[in-house]
Amino acid sequence: MNLGAHADFIVAAYAVAIALTVALIAWVALDYRAQRRILLELEQQGITRRSQREEKP
Amino acid sequence: MSFTDLANPTRFLALVQRLLPWLAAATVVAFAVGLAMAFNAPDDYQQGATVKIMFLHVPAAWLSMFGWALMSVAALGTLVWRHPLADVAAKAAAPIGAAFTLMCLITGSLWGRPMWGTFWVWDARLTSVLVLFLMYLALMALYWTTEDPARASRAAAILTLVGAINLPVIKFSVDWWNTLHQPASVIRLGAPAIHPAILTPLLVMALAFALLFLTLHLAAMRNEILRRRVRTLQLMKADNA
Repeated sequence: MNLGAHADFIVAAYAVAIALTVALIAWVALDYRAQRRILLELEQQGITRRSQREEKP
Repeated sequence: MSFTDLANPTRFLALVQRLLPWLAAATVVAFAVGLAMAFNAPDDYQQGATVKIMFLHVPAAWLSMFGWALMSVAALGTLVWRHPLADVAAKAAAPIGAAFTLMCLITGSLWGRPMWGTFWVWDARLTSVLVLFLMYLALMALYWTTEDPARASRAAAILTLVGAINLPVIKFSVDWWNTLHQPASVIRLGAPAIHPAILTPLLVMALAFALLFLTLHLAAMRNEILRRRVRTLQLMKADNA
């Protein structure tokens, strides 16, 4: 594939788009893991929401 | 499951957990097809291969504006209908919208240098998109720095609705003022001004980016609901201490 005389600009644009997309995906995935971990820790300490307590027999 | 059931965060979380794998797979497929079409598309007769930057720049520009429009609808949901998920949707969309706006600005700048001879010019289109990016940052700062979530949601909703004035300014800036940026080529009165050989990959890439936005937004909403549950439990823990 020949990207012509301005190949550097095209490659840089795609690199920036990939970097931003990967950063967004990583932010969402790491945030999910962090919130799940904190919730689990709180539940292990016996701190649960009212609806969760009502679900238990 | 009816639409009103989605007002319940627990039911919404269950739906998101089911949807996310399918949406992620559809996003990957759409990008694979879109990128293959983009790199096999012919060069533009004036711009040469740099037209390939358009396949990133234009979808990012559309989604940067769509993100703020979505937050504006959510702001109405917060202020008028007090929908429990409205503020969650608005807060989750802000960083994603900001990232797409930044992508639009950087790819536009990298396209502008070889075509216009400059990375940046203070014309109405570029400046109004920069203002949009700064408004996204301001909104994120507001959410992060306001301790009371209820106060943050109301203030953010008002700021979002005021900021929505910028959307028609961005869209019509190229018609209202004499700008270096070209006028609308796809979303305009009459047929698109782009040849189908370039328009088709552009629309497929736009679909791929839209699916990416939707997937990330639903995942970020799920995270925000969990964050609010964490906050509630931490307050309960503090009360019990």
